[in-house]
Amino acid sequence: MQILRRNLTAYGFLCAALACFTVFAWYPMVREFILSFQKTDLINEPIWVGLDNFVTAFQDPAFGEAWLNTLEFTFLALVCGYAVPFVVALVLNELRHARAYLRFVVYLPVMLPPIVAVLLFRWFYDPGPGLFNQVLDAFGLPPLAWLDSSSTALISLVIVSTWMNMGSATLIYLAALQNIPPELYEAAELDGAGIWKRIRHVTIPQTRLILLLMLMLQIVATMQVFIEPYMLTGGGPENATVTVAYLMFQNAFTLQDYGSAGALGMMLMIVLLVFAAFQLRLTREDKA
Amino acid sequence: MISVGARAATRGKRGRKRSPRPIEVQFRTIVSPHQLNSRWGRRIYWIVLTAVLVLFTTAFVFPLYWMVTGALKAPEELAQMPPTFFPADPTPDAFFEAWDLFDIGTLLLNTGYYSLGGWIVCMAVDVSAAYALSKLRPAFGNVILGMMLATLMIPAMVVLIPLYVTVVDLGLLNNPWALWLPAAANGFNIFLLKRFFDSIPRELIEAAQIDGAGPVRILRSVVLPVSRPILGVVSIFTIVTSFKDFVWPLLVMTDSDKMTISVGLSQTAGAVTQNQVMGGLLITSIPMIIVFFIFQRHIMAGLTAGSIKG
Repeated sequence: MQILRRNLTAYGFLCAALACFTVFAWYPMVREFILSFQKTDLINEPIWVGLDNFVTAFQDPAFGEAWLNTLEFTFLALVCGYAVPFVVALVLNELRHARAYLRFVVYLPVMLPPIVAVLLFRWFYDPGPGLFNQVLDAFGLPPLAWLDSSSTALISLVIVSTWMNMGSATLIYLAALQNIPPELYEAAELDGAGIWKRIRHVTIPQTRLILLLMLMLQIVATMQVFIEPYMLTGGGPENATVTVAYLMFQNAFTLQDYGSAGALGMMLMIVLLVFAAFQLRLTREDKA
Repeated sequence: MISVGARAATRGKRGRKRSPRPIEVQFRTIVSPHQLNSRWGRRIYWIVLTAVLVLFTTAFVFPLYWMVTGALKAPEELAQMPPTFFPADPTPDAFFEAWDLFDIGTLLLNTGYYSLGGWIVCMAVDVSAAYALSKLRPAFGNVILGMMLATLMIPAMVVLIPLYVTVVDLGLLNNPWALWLPAAANGFNIFLLKRFFDSIPRELIEAAQIDGAGPVRILRSVVLPVSRPILGVVSIFTIVTSFKDFVWPLLVMTDSDKMTISVGLSQTAGAVTQNQVMGGLLITSIPMIIVFFIFQRHIMAGLTAGSIKG
């Protein structure tokens, strides 16, 4: 009797959360699956079409390009947004002055709404009076087309993305570095290890888990890139910046083809779940 | 005493008037204190420090400076090449123009309303769920928690479409609940809160039970007061996230008088002059920068505590 009552109270407290999760988290995952096999415009009754949506998605001329761009973006963003913050954190951890200022400054862009960062950089990239070309000009370098050329557009997006996101990665690394016991460095030094060897044999093994975890998190985050191509290039020039998430958004909200958008979403989900599974395993290892 | 002596000795040897100040070391890192305070170590240290300071200020503060001064310049000056470093004739006109053109008052009010409302809904839902899972321990509690945490593995963009379709089916378009309810389904908040509640000593709860307090009373007068730190962190993150959100409000709040400020800005940015855009961007950034100044310590702590332990 008492157990029943305790359970009833507990579920009373839980019911709001259960309702929210059911309708807005668990059901949409199932819905994604259903949607990818339907033809629907949200007005007429949905029709079951089997694998048609996947075929449509595959036949889209932008499909291959979208995946390639997404992979390229992810790779470039990892070089800039994953490796650079680690180096920055290593350097910051060595500095004894202005620590609070530097941490504050590097995290400042993270606080800005993404739309601010994106519109600000759109202005910097302006081929005419834009700041970047003015700086190039001041150094006597020729101007770049930035967002308007298919060779520089994608990297321009990576730059914005890195600028606005690297603060949080840097601070997480910094916290991990500060957890390394100083005795390890002392011992390594007594064994005659130089600075590079101390990094290789102490710093990196000690931060291995967080490095791997951040790698997975960053891959999952960057593969979903959307706001940068949506606001800055509209996928262009010549599909050079069409990403999978952008294509999905286009299919759904410009073409009203929610089915093929759902199919694209499913494909992206399967790819990302692989990384999420790795991440889960790492988190387990972390706790053990 | 020894160090003073040593310093005097080096001074004597090098014949310098000013004694070089050693760099203070509170904690040991990769570079040993000894290396750091060697002659070359110190030189390299100051060079690196200066370089990092200059680089960081240029990379992260200068764009904001350019935004502020851009907003203060007249449109002609803004288009001028080469650009002026200081506005020749700073006027705040762009702010007022932006304020009127974008209808920023309404947009800010909307955004504030959505953030605060979202915060209340989120806290009510997540705190009670975490409390039930941590202290009332219902049957299948772990399964439910596991399923809630599993949603964190699903990337947001991937379920965007089915979530939108669901909201359309429920007729929640242009209704603030379309922002609040999905935000409340946050497995991470529940996990953080539950972990903190787990650490509250049982004796405290049992004492309250003996005094005849029911579960609601225990939550209100025992659990919540001791959980202030975690409640603070979760609150700040909830509010900041909802203020920064772009894609979801873009989809579900489409009426121009119901938009959030991010969405409103993105819609009008192409139609107005650049200094007005900058004025609008500045106004949009100010609330978050103020929040950052006030809660800096909590945000940094929450970032590292919240992520994963190192």
